[in-house]
Amino acid sequence: MTASEIISLSALELGQAIKEGRTTSPEAVDAYLEKIAAEDGRFHSYITVLADEARARAAEVQAKIEAGELTGPLAGVPVALKDNLCTKGLLTTCASKILYNFRPPYTATAVQKLLDAGAVILGKANMDEFAMGSTTETSYFGPTGNPVDPEHVPGGSSGGSAAAVGAYLAPYALGTDTGGSIRQPASYCGVVGMKPTYGAVSRYGLIAYGSSLDQIGPLAHTVSDCAAVLETIAGHDERDSTSAGDPAIDMHYTDALVRDVKGMKIGIPSSYFGEGLDHEVKEAVLAAAEVLRAEGAEIEEFDLPMVDYAIPAYYVIAMAECSSNLSRFDGVKYGYRTERFEDLQDIYKRSRSEGFGTEVKRRLMIGAFVLSSGYYDAYYNKALKVRACIKKAFDEAFAKYDVILAPAAPTTAPKKGESLSDPLKMYLSDIYTVSVNLAGLPGITVPVGQDAKGLPIGMQILGNTFCDKTIIRAAYTYEQAAKERKGGRA
Amino acid sequence: MAVSITDQTVEYVAALAKLELSEAEKERTKKDLEEILGYMDTMNELDTEDVEPMSHVNPVKNVFREDVVINGPDRENILSNAPEEQDGCAVVPPTFN
Repeated sequence: MTASEIISLSALELGQAIKEGRTTSPEAVDAYLEKIAAEDGRFHSYITVLADEARARAAEVQAKIEAGELTGPLAGVPVALKDNLCTKGLLTTCASKILYNFRPPYTATAVQKLLDAGAVILGKANMDEFAMGSTTETSYFGPTGNPVDPEHVPGGSSGGSAAAVGAYLAPYALGTDTGGSIRQPASYCGVVGMKPTYGAVSRYGLIAYGSSLDQIGPLAHTVSDCAAVLETIAGHDERDSTSAGDPAIDMHYTDALVRDVKGMKIGIPSSYFGEGLDHEVKEAVLAAAEVLRAEGAEIEEFDLPMVDYAIPAYYVIAMAECSSNLSRFDGVKYGYRTERFEDLQDIYKRSRSEGFGTEVKRRLMIGAFVLSSGYYDAYYNKALKVRACIKKAFDEAFAKYDVILAPAAPTTAPKKGESLSDPLKMYLSDIYTVSVNLAGLPGITVPVGQDAKGLPIGMQILGNTFCDKTIIRAAYTYEQAAKERKGGRA
Repeated sequence: MAVSITDQTVEYVAALAKLELSEAEKERTKKDLEEILGYMDTMNELDTEDVEPMSHVNPVKNVFREDVVINGPDRENILSNAPEEQDGCAVVPPTFN
């Protein structure tokens, strides 16, 4: 198989080709590494490319495949990992100066599950520093470019993961989603990205941002790839007590890859399609809804309350949680240490002040404020109550509908440099994604078109708690029907 | 209830977050806190008098297990990340003199 044939395959197709001996894991890894070397200068989707490690690992994996020890659908297939996922002995920076030299002593559970299934890590993908940002511009290592036009952002915070997949510099990637950080960059980069129900995937080894909101999930070119990756990484983990342990939860996600939405009830929240939504995005998402209607779904508009309160509640909770989580970075045990110190307090304060970027410091201070004595009730506790109201609004919606359709972002990818100067404006662009994290729900973004500049538009499909298979079925049905309409094979 | 952010507030939150700010950063922080907290005040439009605060969406409870060590001794590996290391410990300046 030629390198360009290899690159054109989805992750599952590549896994099949390796299994059938039409290509090998080392050939596939070489094809991607050569493309990364030639093209990633334009996009900067990777912080670290693990060329030598990947080649050595591919040879090992290939031997195991040939010996019949590795038989899964993703065996031998390379992957890009967001750089907040710990990989033993391999640089894991969280796109921050404070972790510029950190080599974790252990591997994240989700990553270990991929490795057990025969994955080969191509490299660590760029991101917003500590996943705090919506454009991948807060990375200490510099911004990532959108695969369609590198002058535009790829979204964030999993912008490197989305751009690597979108630019065909990895067949699939893992990202993390705290307030939309998988779904929004997937939308901006024209790929599929899924945030599973909170608790579906272990967070062990994910460098924490907002622990009650964070989830790991896949980004890929197809819904089938995402389902296969999720099936591989999901499940209870003793080392994350918030990972779902109920055996009644069905995690056979690939069983949901069925083209059938007949009778499925789909709700469209009118408040998500009003003021502030770009008209090209609106038209593309509503046209995609019509595709699902033609496939037999019942679609109606409804009123989803609480939308105006989602962003303030989300940012209060996320900032409060991060101000606590990031107190571990102190210049003592690992990471960056200041050179100017006399006492221990200096080490703490100066290592943190020199090691964290502007957006991280902003969130740490607001987080400290909303948790501080005298303001705790007015901000943090209030946000937790608003969170309960938002969850209740979704519970009521899912009593009537199987899934909810929404845009992933109000616009297509903005140009680089437009968001950094005005943090509040950047926060407001998360309007369609943050509620899902507050309520712990699953959401998947599928590409549904382009704007006049050719920049991708994505649609979110949201589901009820642990109904991840329902949104996979809806997303798969849309993908197959849309492909057929374009004249491709379904 | 709009919060008024004073210089003291900025110094207080910087101390809580263990950060040292330059004069320019202090000015910027004051403006950010006012603007962002002002926006967060929109939550007050919603009456939540009888609502229980929700810190976690899924029911979470304490998880117990036998007190058995499962992660092996890994001191050398862990300390290889420390900025300064001596005799199997991370080194910091004296905290008492």
